[in-house]
Amino acid sequence: MLTYTLLAGLLFGLYFTLIGLGLNLVFGVMRIVNLAHGDFLMLGAFLAFWLFSLFAINPIPTIPIAFLVFLLLGFPLYYLLVPRLLRAKDPEMLSFILFFGLSQVIQALATILWGTSERSIPGGQLGRAIAAILSFVTGRTIENGPIEILGQSFPAAWVASGIASGIGVLLVYWYLYRTKLGYLTRAVMVSRDEAVASGIDVDRISAIAFGFGLGLAAVAGVFAPFLLGSITPAMGAEVTITSFAVIVIGSLGNPLGTLLGGLVYGISYMFMQSYYSSWANLLPYLLLIAVLLLRPNGLLGRQARRA
Amino acid sequence: MRDVLLILVPLVAAFALLPFVYSNHLLLFNFIIFIVLAQGVNVIYGFTGYLPFGYVGFFGAGAYGFSLMVLHLQAPPLLAIVVGAAAALALALVLTPLFRLSGAYFSIANLAASLAVLQVVANPNLENYTRGPYGISLSGIFNPPLAYATAVAILAMTLFAVIFLRNSKFGLALQAIREDAISASMAGINVVRERVIAWLLSALIAGLAGSVFAWYASVFYPETVFSGEFTIFAIVFALFGGTATLVGPILGVIILYGIYNAVGISTPQYFQLIYGALIIGLVLFLPNGLVSLLRRWGIDVP
Repeated sequence: MLTYTLLAGLLFGLYFTLIGLGLNLVFGVMRIVNLAHGDFLMLGAFLAFWLFSLFAINPIPTIPIAFLVFLLLGFPLYYLLVPRLLRAKDPEMLSFILFFGLSQVIQALATILWGTSERSIPGGQLGRAIAAILSFVTGRTIENGPIEILGQSFPAAWVASGIASGIGVLLVYWYLYRTKLGYLTRAVMVSRDEAVASGIDVDRISAIAFGFGLGLAAVAGVFAPFLLGSITPAMGAEVTITSFAVIVIGSLGNPLGTLLGGLVYGISYMFMQSYYSSWANLLPYLLLIAVLLLRPNGLLGRQARRA
Repeated sequence: MRDVLLILVPLVAAFALLPFVYSNHLLLFNFIIFIVLAQGVNVIYGFTGYLPFGYVGFFGAGAYGFSLMVLHLQAPPLLAIVVGAAAALALALVLTPLFRLSGAYFSIANLAASLAVLQVVANPNLENYTRGPYGISLSGIFNPPLAYATAVAILAMTLFAVIFLRNSKFGLALQAIREDAISASMAGINVVRERVIAWLLSALIAGLAGSVFAWYASVFYPETVFSGEFTIFAIVFALFGGTATLVGPILGVIILYGIYNAVGISTPQYFQLIYGALIIGLVLFLPNGLVSLLRRWGIDVP
């Protein structure tokens, strides 16, 4: 029971990290709160659903498609909304309201297009792809079915999501710490004004980060039908809160913290589910408030957050 | 004083007299509730700059404080309203440490707090105390005319509080803190105390609104009175009209809630679309609300 809970918590923790990463990137670079984050995740989930049910495309190849589509969507959206917002008197507060409006528009359009019924992708689909990949890599035939880790068996979809999330997290770190663009992005995160002064094209860097944020949300959305249950146009709001809990625990604006936040969140969530299931829903909120009050800068935070 | 005569008295009189000529009392009641809530948001956001994203927590606390008094102690409604308001005040007191956080962190923590309260109230394990997720039924004290009259009285009190804030040293001190907390404290303003008082006043307003809402509705579920829509509507109405003003939130409610009732009930998703687009346009092009537009045209409004 304990091993199972820990391992399941780890898998979900990686997934929650992936959910929070895009939101944290956007906040870190632009100091604005993307309240529509969960709705972009919902759009990613619907993209995976339609590609699967119309063209029988497996969710695994959908991942790069989703990332690219939403990355490209991010650029025009950035130039449409953000520069004007950043010129306002109190952009951080106004961004709450602006992105709430965007979230309403997305939800309304999704409801008009697809109705309110719940949809899902069969969990075996992801497992089949994983089994095929594993067979190809190891050269042996691997059966599609639950995967055993340390004597505990987990649905293949959970393991696949956990691994893919882990890879996604690694790629983001590689981007931020090993590429020139990532270096510039971190410069903007530290100080927007000084970045402008040193000749960095801040708008371009921010637009890319914004696109990455949406792309990551969409990738997380591809796995949503397997880990979060069936998908509906209204699912976004709850996801947004969860991702807030994750990134605040880690510390806002610090991508490394998101991994810690995701793991803490995932493991404690699984423990609550196993031992006090009726109170499990209370956990994200209490964890969020407790961390904010005890460590206002998050577990890995540096900057002051006090009023 | 001029504001009391020109705005408060006519508005309260209108809401007091309209039920005699207009039969949809529920709609009028909802208008009152939203004006009160939008003004409550105005008190805390307009005057201190803290955006309470979990404002509905106080509304729900008021509704439940009221209902539990009636259910368990058979208290008369007017006494129960006092208890409901006290419940909201108690919640606000518990949440005062959140003021150590700034900006977005405060809003997120406040949102989390309101959702945590909802999860506790709606938890099936507490069914004996709160009725859990099955909701509250107060048929014994059902009395819409009296509840409506109480709501009108609460509206008058709320408007009076905002007029006071706009014309008193206390309100001026709050706005000084909002603009620059450090300079304000250098000028001898007790920053923490003034902020907490504004916060409690704002929570009290929402608690009163919640209590009277519970009385008027009589039957409701936890999700009804803790619905995030109350927060969002109140914030958007207040911003649309213009915060830190008296007429801004009132205009916001009358225009936006009016549109909502015209198109929103029959086709909610189209309303949601218009609404979302309106909010985006508002933030991008009119971040200080309708009132700022009027002022630009040279019309001075309180």
